[in-house]
Amino acid sequence: MSEARETLAPGEAVQRLKFYQKGTFTVGNRLVGEDERSVQASQDRSNALTCGHRACQGCGEALGARYAIDAAMRATGKDMIAVNATGCLEVFTTPYPETSWQLPWVHSLFGNAAAVATGVAAAMRVKNKRTRVVAQGGDGGTTDIGFQCLSGMFERNDDVLYICYDNEGYMNTGVQRSSATPPAARTATTPAVGDEPGNVFGTGKSVPKIAVAHNIPYVATATVADLHDLERKVTKAMSVHGARYIQINVPCPLGWGAASHDTIHLARLAVECGLYPIFEAEHGRITHVRKIRKQVPVTDYLKRQRRFAHLFKGDRPDPRVARLQAMCDANIADYGLVAGADEEV
Amino acid sequence: MTQNHPFAITLDVGTSLVNHTGSWRTVRPEYVHRLPPCNHACPAGEDIQGWLAHAEGGDYEAAWRALVQNNPLPAVMGRVCYHPCEGACNRAQIDSAVGINSVERFLGDLAIEKGWRFDAPPAPSGKKALIVGAGPSGLSAAYHLARLGHAVTIREAGPLPGGMMRFGIPKYRLPREILDAEVQRICALGVTIEYNSKVSNIRDAMRDGGFDAAFLAVGAHIAKRAYIPAAGAAKVLDAVQVLRSMEGEDKPLLGRRVVVYGGGNTAIDVARTARRLGAEEAVIVYRRTREKMPAHDFEVEEALEEGVLMKWLSTIKNVDGGSITVEKMALDDKGFPQPTGEYETLEADSVILALGQDVDLSLLEGVEGLNVRDGVVEVGPNMMTGATGIFAGGDMVPSERTVTVAVGHGKKAARHIDAWLRGQTYAPAPKHEIASFDKLNAWYYGEAPKTVRPTLEVARRTSSFDEVVKGLDESNALYEARRCLSCGNCFECDNCYGVCPDNSVVKLGPGKGFEFNYDFCKGCGVCASECPCGAIVMTQEAI
Amino acid sequence: MLKQIEGSKAMAEAIALCRPEVICAYPITPQTHIVEGLGELVKDGHLTDCEYINVESEFAALSVAIGASAAGARAYTATASQGLLYMAEAVYNASGLGLPIVMTLGNRAIGAPINIWNDHSDAMSMRDAGWIQLFAETNQEAVDLHIQAFKLAEELSMPVMVCVDGFILTHAMERIDVPEQPQVDAWLPPYDPVQVLDPAEPISIGAMVGPEAFTEVRFLQHYKQTQALRLITDYARDFEKAFGRESGGLLRAYRVDDADVLVVAMGSVCGTIKDVIDEMRDEGIAIGLVTIVSYRPFPTDELRKMLAGAQDVVVVEKSIAVGVGGPLANNVDMALRNLPDAPRLHSAVAGLGGRPITKPSLHRLFRQASVQPWEGTHFLDLNERIVGREIHTTRKKRRSGPTAENLLRRLATEGDAR
Repeated sequence: MSEARETLAPGEAVQRLKFYQKGTFTVGNRLVGEDERSVQASQDRSNALTCGHRACQGCGEALGARYAIDAAMRATGKDMIAVNATGCLEVFTTPYPETSWQLPWVHSLFGNAAAVATGVAAAMRVKNKRTRVVAQGGDGGTTDIGFQCLSGMFERNDDVLYICYDNEGYMNTGVQRSSATPPAARTATTPAVGDEPGNVFGTGKSVPKIAVAHNIPYVATATVADLHDLERKVTKAMSVHGARYIQINVPCPLGWGAASHDTIHLARLAVECGLYPIFEAEHGRITHVRKIRKQVPVTDYLKRQRRFAHLFKGDRPDPRVARLQAMCDANIADYGLVAGADEEV
Repeated sequence: MTQNHPFAITLDVGTSLVNHTGSWRTVRPEYVHRLPPCNHACPAGEDIQGWLAHAEGGDYEAAWRALVQNNPLPAVMGRVCYHPCEGACNRAQIDSAVGINSVERFLGDLAIEKGWRFDAPPAPSGKKALIVGAGPSGLSAAYHLARLGHAVTIREAGPLPGGMMRFGIPKYRLPREILDAEVQRICALGVTIEYNSKVSNIRDAMRDGGFDAAFLAVGAHIAKRAYIPAAGAAKVLDAVQVLRSMEGEDKPLLGRRVVVYGGGNTAIDVARTARRLGAEEAVIVYRRTREKMPAHDFEVEEALEEGVLMKWLSTIKNVDGGSITVEKMALDDKGFPQPTGEYETLEADSVILALGQDVDLSLLEGVEGLNVRDGVVEVGPNMMTGATGIFAGGDMVPSERTVTVAVGHGKKAARHIDAWLRGQTYAPAPKHEIASFDKLNAWYYGEAPKTVRPTLEVARRTSSFDEVVKGLDESNALYEARRCLSCGNCFECDNCYGVCPDNSVVKLGPGKGFEFNYDFCKGCGVCASECPCGAIVMTQEAI
Repeated sequence: MLKQIEGSKAMAEAIALCRPEVICAYPITPQTHIVEGLGELVKDGHLTDCEYINVESEFAALSVAIGASAAGARAYTATASQGLLYMAEAVYNASGLGLPIVMTLGNRAIGAPINIWNDHSDAMSMRDAGWIQLFAETNQEAVDLHIQAFKLAEELSMPVMVCVDGFILTHAMERIDVPEQPQVDAWLPPYDPVQVLDPAEPISIGAMVGPEAFTEVRFLQHYKQTQALRLITDYARDFEKAFGRESGGLLRAYRVDDADVLVVAMGSVCGTIKDVIDEMRDEGIAIGLVTIVSYRPFPTDELRKMLAGAQDVVVVEKSIAVGVGGPLANNVDMALRNLPDAPRLHSAVAGLGGRPITKPSLHRLFRQASVQPWEGTHFLDLNERIVGREIHTTRKKRRSGPTAENLLRRLATEGDAR
């Protein structure tokens, strides 16, 4: 039959479980073999980031980190080391005397995770070890203060996977603006007061695109709302050597002013409205774009977050909502996010 | 600590497990079952979601066994049920309803093919039950009572079992070997059917046979007549009579042009039967519009495909030899048809009246306490008539007259009879909240349109009584089963286990589901939000 | 093997003999020749099993070394001046995490005004960062201190900064005995880390520590440095046995017997001072020199013993803690604290930004200590007329222009009027 099962090994191509309608997009699927299920569905997943951590309720970063690191742990047979930038993830996982990590992990500074990871990778190479290295940090530690080290690591093509958990602001220090904060968003340093409330409409800074411009072997964006896609990308990243970059959208209930149960829902809406393009690139060329499945207007995404509440206060529609929608539309056009009638979504 | 770790700055892994973050919680997640709309809508009370869950795993026998817990006639039901379950199915709001009926038929047919038998009844209760009528509700009651350990005898006035399933539903919708196979399986449980054994007085029959209880299921076989002036030569028949005679040796002679009067499913059945018997023209005359027609749309559609003609907004004024006179009607403000005074003449070799059926209540004469209203027998919520120990169901009690409703009556009555025989009261389990579409997170279900069942080509439909609608093969039955959303009941998709930012969902292993680890659960509610099937609720913590 | 060789080249060879596994290179004058030399040794195959990484900043240089060291590799880098400041955060981090990285500091002034020449202000800026800081007097000692540094660092799990005077040492061609590989291999064992990132035995390094344990962490760091005082002495003795020459140690005495005046200094200037002392001794002046090799940990007790009995102590140092005075003098003062009949202490700041420290100036300075002692900080060879004019101008005029440029202009027009 035409709906014949198309399951492709993780890391090789986009996973499709067309035949198994029920739960196609769920974490697990009891109808497929263990090897075709997500890492997170497994009773034997590493739980590299285990219980007892002090992240807020519904923390997207805690979720994203476990998703990514568990997938990397499976891909490497647990032979890996993690380097962490300063930030929420570091603080909520390792306050003395307790750590939530279950893999070798080091935290040095806010801005040097990529460089420290380079050092760890160099040590592994010189010692002829196969141990792989993952560096991780938030958007502040990646797109701002850690950007120089990141670019250096990219350009040298050091054997490091850098994962940026993008929650669009400095959440650990109390929700300040970063270069990943979307326009119009309220943060503690872009308050929702005055004639131009919230963050400025700057020129934007897509670190994934900048990574692509380094021609590194692998770049991808992902979200906590699409586990299969995320795990596939991490697995793929761990199957190649050299500098790799994955940026994962991880909603922050506290910083975004959203309900704690909305974390995954918001990540999904960020993609479905076109604001957060999901793609992957190899050696400087975009190789895959995740199509929007059910397109929604950007307002669906904005209205669930108090950081955008000021856009919907007045009697008349705030023109900046239209500007945000225009950004979505531009992404949709630039990346080809909406599938044609004959295309698979 | 095997390495000499520098104090405080280096820590041993996994030590955060001493930090019980569950104390942060103000709301807690709990696993619940909700009632799937299909189950809720099923007149036979099937646990549709339950048996589909077995089917989608490929364990068809387990699926069939789960199905026959409630309905002993899946192969029949998979053909003749008007599947209100599909009308209620939440999947319709994603793409189209799950083809429950076709999967049911697949399972029923597979059971016949494989020769699966019902589980043997438990030790005999020593009680005897008499069932009057071997139609769907009688057979259903017999099956359930037998499985509950009672000795069951069915007395059937006719020569064969099935009631309206045999004498009302044409072969092209229900092949007789299918019906026979499922009846035979019930008989194999030890149910005795006495044919050509009309019960003329129920009290006498119970006393004579030593029965402790009786279930009446005689159906409604007497055709309603309408006063239509007719000349002597006119051939006016009733639909029940025509369809019944189809089962005998002599097929009815209806002529070249046949007019059917009525708008129910029986009218459609008889018109389509007429086409198969060679009528060049079969015209249904109905006093209202297609939208108002009680017949199911898909049957109207099939009839139209087969060349049956429809004459809407028309009543027959008189029948005269080879022709009839019809008056055109118009709907008034309230949607009722009103005569217009415009007339028309149609050629007709025969006129078949399909205007509904009445119940033959003769066996109840003299039974004390029993109430009859509007030609049907009144029963209580436990299906018992006003007469102690006498229960009734099917077309003879006030209800929708379908096979599925009848089967449901049989089951329900059997449970009450069982309790009554044991001196107890049967209390059905309280119903869960309905898993309506808003309880689901439909994002997680992949798009998968319904499988269209193959049908017999039209040319062969009008020349034979071969079954029109074909069944599914295994691959597309499995596909269809897997379209089920499992509304309100965990299907072990692992979402809660995966999406918990605090690893506080414990996966217990295949078939065992999950449990929450409240030591660490912070109560964020992501699990409940992302549960596709609405099987998790957040409840307030007592603080 | 004796070689006529540039200091930097010799240091590169010595560092290579220590078999570093990860070297992070970023150029900054005057240390650049060291990492260039190492790069060549790696490229030409002399130094094997070594990852030589051209990083994008000093911050990255030390960060890469941090990662490598935490993962169990012997890590090395070098920097100077602004570079050290740029990596400042990582400097503290490396010591806080207890990572035995060895770093050469080619001592150089810190801007503004930008200045590439030698003084000790860069080392002083990181004196409290938790590193061991060793100052080389000669290029021979620079070579030897690097070998000792790796052993010290790894034994203590503490980073070591080897401070060598920019240009004066780094760019000087001289006769240096560069050890042979078997000698170094015999003396310096392979790196055996006390903690390492290892999937077989996972740990979390770099926890957040709150008020409940932070004091203890800092105390232990301090305690470790006091332990280093003993180890530095032991290793210097061992080194002498193995290599046949005196190098390193906490401090060194030169003609201190019966000295009335004791000079205290660090680094290459001690050579000049020794010449002056010889000349003054010839003139019958009882003067000697105490050379501080280990600035951190600071050998307070040893220095006190050495200075007790002198009448005057003159501290000559190439740095100024602006607003306070000489940082070394402050530390020497600490050594003299509570000493009965303590000698008088005279602080002199000299050689800032590469200004030559000449014998005549030192002669004048040392004589002055006994005949015309001064309070506060004396700036050796300060052009008092120029600073006097500048102070006068700025008092009169709010927008008097940049001081450095004003001084240069005055120097050009008025000449050296010292």
